Amino acid sequence: MRVGVLYSRIRRDEKLLLNELRSRDHEVAKLDVRKLRFALDEPPAELAECDVVLDRCLATSRSLYASQFVDSYGVPVVNGPETAEVCADKAKNSLALSNAGVPTPRTEVAFTKETAMEIIEDFGYPCVLKPVVGSWGRLMAKIDSRSAAEAILEHKATLGHYEHKVFYVQEFVEKPGRDIRVVATDGEPVAAMTRTSDHWLTNAAKGATAEPFELDDEALDLVERASEAVGGGLLGVDLMETGESGYTVHEVNHTVEFKALSDATDVDVAARVVDWLETKVPAEVSA
Amino acid sequence: MVDCPECGGSVTLHDDAETGEIIDCGTCGAELEVIGTDPVELETAPELEEDWGE
Repeated sequence: MRVGVLYSRIRRDEKLLLNELRSRDHEVAKLDVRKLRFALDEPPAELAECDVVLDRCLATSRSLYASQFVDSYGVPVVNGPETAEVCADKAKNSLALSNAGVPTPRTEVAFTKETAMEIIEDFGYPCVLKPVVGSWGRLMAKIDSRSAAEAILEHKATLGHYEHKVFYVQEFVEKPGRDIRVVATDGEPVAAMTRTSDHWLTNAAKGATAEPFELDDEALDLVERASEAVGGGLLGVDLMETGESGYTVHEVNHTVEFKALSDATDVDVAARVVDWLETKVPAEVSA
Repeated sequence: MVDCPECGGSVTLHDDAETGEIIDCGTCGAELEVIGTDPVELETAPELEEDWGE
């Protein structure tokens, strides 16, 4: 098949995917999103002949718009625009999980710092303030006191992009120093790992250490339901262990990075992703 | 071997370098983007933007 890879930067993840696709003799079209023009009616020529397009845009804004256009041209895109829209925004992500009955941390959103302060005081300390759009643990604040809350809210309201005036407050989950990242294709886990850190943030981008993790039945069920809640696709599902109540799903990522997972486990994640594409694409084309 | 557009130092690329890949200059530490492979061309990589990530 001809696979278009939408990108603006070739990370190790993209390189692994490109190498896997080429080694199986798939035709690969590298589509630099910075150079593409998206018309309303007709796709750019290099995109029109693709059997599937993999959205690997590094910037969320590009990913959101590009996947919409590709989808509107009738070219299958992974992930689809609906999934991208839900996953790109933490508020929409939390709503989707909650509406599907997937356990997720207690979360509230407010639009002024005064109301955000009310939520924070209700939640108690510590609690967490997150930007609705963002990755790699950037601009996440664990708030330990009222004075810290006042300062952070003031900074966000004054300095931030308009999206920072959407205040997303979440309970602080007392996890055992680690969280769980699962890469899944339409709800079926490819591989899972724990990310452990002394810091409260356990992102791989923040230097957390990774170990393989065996999913139990409850986690398997949650990954499947969380994937379905956001529209399915190639996803990174993030869970935390809560002790008494099992797991809580705090986020689902739609342009998932998997190099740390490939390094931490025996699973060749890129190969499994291409296996999935090889079954998914013919099924979609004939549907 | 190609010159770093930031410091002029020599940069060596792997044989399988891809257009769009980011490499570091060993001399000045600048992040460089491979914008062509035949012949190899490098440019200073774009700065990190707020909405970048997974």
